[in-house]
Amino acid sequence: MGQFLLRRLFDAVPTVLLVLTLVFVAMRILPGDPALAALGDNALPEQLAAFREQFGLNKPLWRQYLDFLAGVLTFDLGRSLLHNQPVVSLLAHALPFTVELTLVATFIGVGIGVPLGVLAATHRNRLPDSGVRLFSLVGYAVPDFYLGALLLIVFSLNLGLFPINGGGVGFWDRMYHVMLPAITLAFLKAAFIGKLTRTSLLEVFGKDFVRTARAKGAREGRVIYRHALRNALLPLTTGLGISLLATLSGSVAVELVFNRPGVGTLLIGAISERDYAVIQGGIIVFALLVVVVNLLIDLLYIAVDPRLRVQA
Amino acid sequence: MTLAADYTELIAPEPSRLVILRQVLLDRPSTMAAVAMIGVFVLIATFAPLLAPYDPLTQSYIKINRVPSAEHWLGTDQFGRDVLSRMIFGSRNSLIIGVLAPLLAAIIGTTLGVVAGFFGGVVDRIISRAVDLLISFPELLLAIIIAAALGGGFWNIVIVLAAAFVPNFARVARAQTMAVRAEPYVEAAVASGVTTWRIILRHIVPNIAAPIVVLMTLWTASAIRLEASLSFLGLGTQAPQPSWGNIIRDGLNNLFGSPWPVIGAGLAITSVVLAFNLLGDTIRDVLDPETSS
Repeated sequence: MGQFLLRRLFDAVPTVLLVLTLVFVAMRILPGDPALAALGDNALPEQLAAFREQFGLNKPLWRQYLDFLAGVLTFDLGRSLLHNQPVVSLLAHALPFTVELTLVATFIGVGIGVPLGVLAATHRNRLPDSGVRLFSLVGYAVPDFYLGALLLIVFSLNLGLFPINGGGVGFWDRMYHVMLPAITLAFLKAAFIGKLTRTSLLEVFGKDFVRTARAKGAREGRVIYRHALRNALLPLTTGLGISLLATLSGSVAVELVFNRPGVGTLLIGAISERDYAVIQGGIIVFALLVVVVNLLIDLLYIAVDPRLRVQA
Repeated sequence: MTLAADYTELIAPEPSRLVILRQVLLDRPSTMAAVAMIGVFVLIATFAPLLAPYDPLTQSYIKINRVPSAEHWLGTDQFGRDVLSRMIFGSRNSLIIGVLAPLLAAIIGTTLGVVAGFFGGVVDRIISRAVDLLISFPELLLAIIIAAALGGGFWNIVIVLAAAFVPNFARVARAQTMAVRAEPYVEAAVASGVTTWRIILRHIVPNIAAPIVVLMTLWTASAIRLEASLSFLGLGTQAPQPSWGNIIRDGLNNLFGSPWPVIGAGLAITSVVLAFNLLGDTIRDVLDPETSS
């Protein structure tokens, strides 16, 4: 296991390097002149020169690339022009709010989605199944920021049950603040996980070992949860990875709706204010989070399926 | 004793895809409803200037942030613009981008996938590696990253969304090309000296078209939802041009005054995405029965 972990981490190095290269390319080459883009058309030549000097834009491209990589390695991502703070400390402050939202949303989404999928699979083509199908259709169609706005209108503005914005201070207050945005993101997740659980369970239900379990008189609950669901975990793990990433990207818009001080809010604010260093830092954080989630899912495969342990 | 040949006229000919499509549509009322819904939105988008009660861009400082009334069914926004008219014109944006972005992604992605699958070797390794990496990123995140670099505006959204979808098309096109390339008729074409480009255009592309078309319809719904998301984030359709996403963005600033712009525009997005999802599932079942669930 330890050896496998090491090798997977080592495998991730070229991926991270490639991701950072893409970020570099996106930030330096696509937009034309970043100085002009950041300062606007009315900027004075001296301002443009100072900007280029500060971000090393007048150096040759290969040098900029190496400086960029060195900066990432030493946690030096420059300073925010808007907040006048190091980008790394801004990100360090924002990241826990985003991670917290993603994790709570995942717990709620899986907690609702898996039982729904079991319900649909055990009542195939009956009312609960149709209900779950309808739920997943709507769940796929409703944009998360819209659902967030609706929940905000009903539960915060009209009923006053939840806070309108912010991230909260202290554990319980933070949980209180994260609840509504997390439910928003969990909705889509539950729809996806529910549908996936149903499909994978139905596939497993046809297998011999399920029939054997039933034949030897195991209770239905034991058949479903001990025998069937455990064998349906592999596709569910893949689904969990996909939905974790979807939640991560969905968090950008949902943070904006609830005005949470997370990485998404920071990034979008930086884009509209053309705060160059923060845009770059925010993108790097999201890109690295994607790599980390994919790594975690790979490890989860091993935990879920002992057969993979032998191959690894 | 009768010969099997006597029965041949009793065996129904393989139905054409059009016939299957008609049957499937009649079998599934939900698909019929979806087609009707899409039809309604296409009509609204086409006749937007006739249907909209006001100009979507005209501002009025004496009618700022009005609640819904007989005059303005969904109220007015912070610039006094009629929200219903903005929603009606916003449908154009959503539908056109919903068609254009998957189309562009299909063209670029199929080209990359066919080249990788047909020629193999180093080209394949480079393309596959890039596709594997990009596919591990959620489309929205990829779109946000590219939009952050490119900026908003109509053509930029099309490019951003297409770029985010390309890996999916490339992966499917590559796998399909490799399967078709092993078919005897391709071998026969190679053996009889048909040029490479002719083989690709005449034998490969037509035979991988079905799954690509399925993918295009499936991504239409996503394109519409992502355009709304980007516009909501301020990275998509730029003010003052109306889009369902930026109507919700504007409406969010005035939630205390009137929630109706947010509710209305969100309903429009949800119903169009729902309709295209349903239609996409049906088209997949008809054209590509193997991959359907």
